Amino acid sequence: MKKAKTLGIIIALVAFVGGWQLATNLNSSPQITSSVGGASYGGGDQADSVNTALPERTVNGQILTVNPGDSIQAAVEAAQPGDTIQVMPGIYSETVYIDKDDIHLVGVIKAGERATLDGLGKLNDAILYSGNNILIANFKITRYKGNGIMSQAGNNFEIRNNIIIDTGIYGIFPQLGVNGLIEHNIVSGIADAAIYVGMSDNIHVAHNQVFDSVAGIEIENSRHAVVENNYTYNNSGGILAFITPGLPIKTTYDVIIRNNFILDNNIPNFAAPGSTVAGIPSGTGILVMAADDVIIEGNIIVDHKVAGILINDHGNAPGLTLDPDVDPNADRVMILDNVMHNNGYDTIDEVRAFALTELHTGDIDIFQIGPSQDSCIINRHRYHHVGLGDFAECDFSNTDSIHNYLIPGAAKPRIIASAERGEIAYMGICAGCHAYDDVLIGPSTRDIQAMYANNPQGIVSYINAPFKVRPEYPEMPAQNYLDAETQLAVADYLLNIQLEPSQP
Amino acid sequence: MAFLLSTLPRQNLIKQVYRLLLLSALGFCSTASSVEPATTTLSSDCPASFLLSDNNQCLLRNLYQLYNSLGDHGIGGLKTALPAHRDGFSPEQIDLGRLLFFDPVLSADQSVSCASCHNPSQGFSDGLGRSVGIHGQLGSRSAPSLWNSAFLKDFFWDARSQSLEEQALSPLFSPQEMGNNPSQLLSSLRAVEAYPKLFKQAFPDTKDLSLDQIATALAAFQSSLISLNSRYDQYAHGYGEALNAQEIEGLNIFRSFVARCSQCHMPPLFTNQQIAVIGSPEPEDMPRDIGAEKTFDSVKLKGGFKVPSLRNIAETAPYMHSGRFQTLREVAEFYSGGRGHAVPEGEDLLLHWHISEPDLNADELDRLVDFMRTLSDSSMLPTVPHTVPSGLTTISGKAARDNNSQKSSSEKT
Ligand code: HEC
Repeated sequence: MKKAKTLGIIIALVAFVGGWQLATNLNSSPQITSSVGGASYGGGDQADSVNTALPERTVNGQILTVNPGDSIQAAVEAAQPGDTIQVMPGIYSETVYIDKDDIHLVGVIKAGERATLDGLGKLNDAILYSGNNILIANFKITRYKGNGIMSQAGNNFEIRNNIIIDTGIYGIFPQLGVNGLIEHNIVSGIADAAIYVGMSDNIHVAHNQVFDSVAGIEIENSRHAVVENNYTYNNSGGILAFITPGLPIKTTYDVIIRNNFILDNNIPNFAAPGSTVAGIPSGTGILVMAADDVIIEGNIIVDHKVAGILINDHGNAPGLTLDPDVDPNADRVMILDNVMHNNGYDTIDEVRAFALTELHTGDIDIFQIGPSQDSCIINRHRYHHVGLGDFAECDFSNTDSIHNYLIPGAAKPRIIASAERGEIAYMGICAGCHAYDDVLIGPSTRDIQAMYANNPQGIVSYINAPFKVRPEYPEMPAQNYLDAETQLAVADYLLNIQLEPSQP
Repeated sequence: MAFLLSTLPRQNLIKQVYRLLLLSALGFCSTASSVEPATTTLSSDCPASFLLSDNNQCLLRNLYQLYNSLGDHGIGGLKTALPAHRDGFSPEQIDLGRLLFFDPVLSADQSVSCASCHNPSQGFSDGLGRSVGIHGQLGSRSAPSLWNSAFLKDFFWDARSQSLEEQALSPLFSPQEMGNNPSQLLSSLRAVEAYPKLFKQAFPDTKDLSLDQIATALAAFQSSLISLNSRYDQYAHGYGEALNAQEIEGLNIFRSFVARCSQCHMPPLFTNQQIAVIGSPEPEDMPRDIGAEKTFDSVKLKGGFKVPSLRNIAETAPYMHSGRFQTLREVAEFYSGGRGHAVPEGEDLLLHWHISEPDLNADELDRLVDFMRTLSDSSMLPTVPHTVPSGLTTISGKAARDNNSQKSSSEKT
């Protein structure tokens, strides 16, 4: 087939008459709002301020040191929750995966020399994790085909002070995590987003330098994210907040994009055909698509040929799939003071054509298309703008009230009482072979109760290393994959089950 | 296996269980020669993995209930809770559903049962690329596995149904599948001596046997098919040794951003329950199945199908919605072959953005298959009744008969 057409995010333009009103407003004297002092944003999640995403360690485990020639993964396998792995400067070519909780993986930097993960252009991803409370810091990562650092689930994480160069699809990609801090990383040469937050909650992205990538920083189908003080330049698009339809989590809201330097993001879009970012028009400073409650404040947005800020709904992005469960509009977008200069000087035809319906020609700092309810802006007179006719004046001028959206004390694991744990394990596993009164595959639970009365520890020992007791029964498979807490809980539970005798 | 009729004599029962274990371990249809007495009483015990509540409901319990998931969406990584599920049926309803499921009396000419296409010994599928309905009619799609359907929110390949109950009735009345109609179905069930009594046991508060009750019982049985104790699950719960080095390598390829399998086949259910257009080919003699385009009336979803769960996937060859691929290796090769490579010239499909150019090498493809094989678990396989209330021949009866005349050829790996 011919490859699916790569459509610009903005194509189908619907002429929209509301624009006229704006052209006439221009002559009246502007409403000037000071963003110094004044009212702060009253929405969002106004949590107490914290500066870390990791919970305090209750046990400080061991420090395992990895030297060049050793395997980092071997150290991960040896590590227990609470341990810190220190990787000495040198070259390591491997994929490191962390499928346990509370591991800190830290490179040691000596006189600028880093622990370097080199994928040699052959390996898939550098670091994968699926545990909670993970720290990854101080690495240099280069030449991987997939991602630099990625997670699939994993709450409370910090990814700090890494240099990631030329690593395929995403530089840093936490997915399906709650409460994460991504700061002080330098990421470049990425074919999709340098930093991509996917389907996550409570994320803070700050003080990163991202360049030479298709998208700088992307907040996708995520909630409660602050993107601040980053330096993004020389990408096709600087900072993005959007909803991709067709994903299982359907919303993006409460995103603050503030105090970033967003400069000269005009490189040709070299994303893979069909990828969502392939639709970003090269030359976009900030893109907001279908996301709600996005606040844009205090950014310096300079030198973008398409627009400084581009806001659109899914209706104007025909290259995307259909998803009836997604609200396609970017509602409650709030634009506070930003420094914008020299944007939209060589924009795409679709934008130019729509601008003309408002009799607008020349530069475009802010371009908005599609329905957008309850959006607002202050000091609009400062900018070249198109499509802001429905934007009200914001009744606040800053987001000083929100330090970040990280969770004080970190996201908590589920607390399960021992009896419930025992019930879950017994029903979920043992009941496949043990019934209370009947013989299924193993002896009846009633018989086991008689054998092991007041001896849960005996059951724990047996299920860890079962041996043949009854010649006429099959051997019981070991249940040693259950952790000690669950083993004891299930033994207690088993000994305490009482059932009505079943009807004859 | 806790799924046994209380009328069964214990000795028989152990023997049967053994057989079933042995045979299913070997990949054969379960066959047992012992004859079960006619069913008069439904089980008052919940199937394995279900706790009987004080008000006679079976409530699902599984180890994933120890965990959270982001926004309770039931997707994530290793220690992530599952999506919301259906449960709360009574043991009697589930057991009645089991009998109905295996009883050919549900079809127009009493020749096919649900189990004909959803055979427990074949991962609740049928080993066919395209299923065969009543009068030997060849359908256009593959029978999906029913394992873990309690967790699904949409049913059928094209996501056209939103509940187990709605889904359950549809094949009964489809001319291509079981060919029945509501009045004939009700009258043939009422004509079987045992059914009115069994329905009364399962639905004590209602007067007459009804379609709703049939749907409820079938939904109840389907929701009891739980498979969450694979070796992968042991790994996920924290036992690193449950998988060998090659399988872990496969897991890492599976979730890597080169292959991206886990972006749609998301743990812990191994599906994100979305529609995806991947451009997989139909069998040679079949035109493109438009799939979800019809359901959603949108050409953007042309050729789109529900992302299936991969649990027990090794048991349900051949693969894809119409069985174009015989092995998991072939499926992995398809994804590795590049975006749109199997879409005919001139056909426009809006392919999913994660369908990319992974270009995996032969070892990596093998490792992916190794990993997918770790997702198998039939430890909660229900017992196949050897006789059903209608007295008609069930799949296990058929298998036993075939087995006597010729060696069973249902082996499939
Ligand atoms: C796959 C089937 C299976 C599962 C699952 C299973 N068991 Fe067993 N169990 C058996 C069999 C078979 C025996 C009898 C073994 C023998 O006598 O050699 C047995 C025996 C036992 C015994 C008796 C040991 C003795 O000293 O006679 C205990 C206690 C026990 N199981 C506990 C458990 C617990 C607790 C679980 C769940 C965590 C569990 N089993 C899960 C099959 C199983």
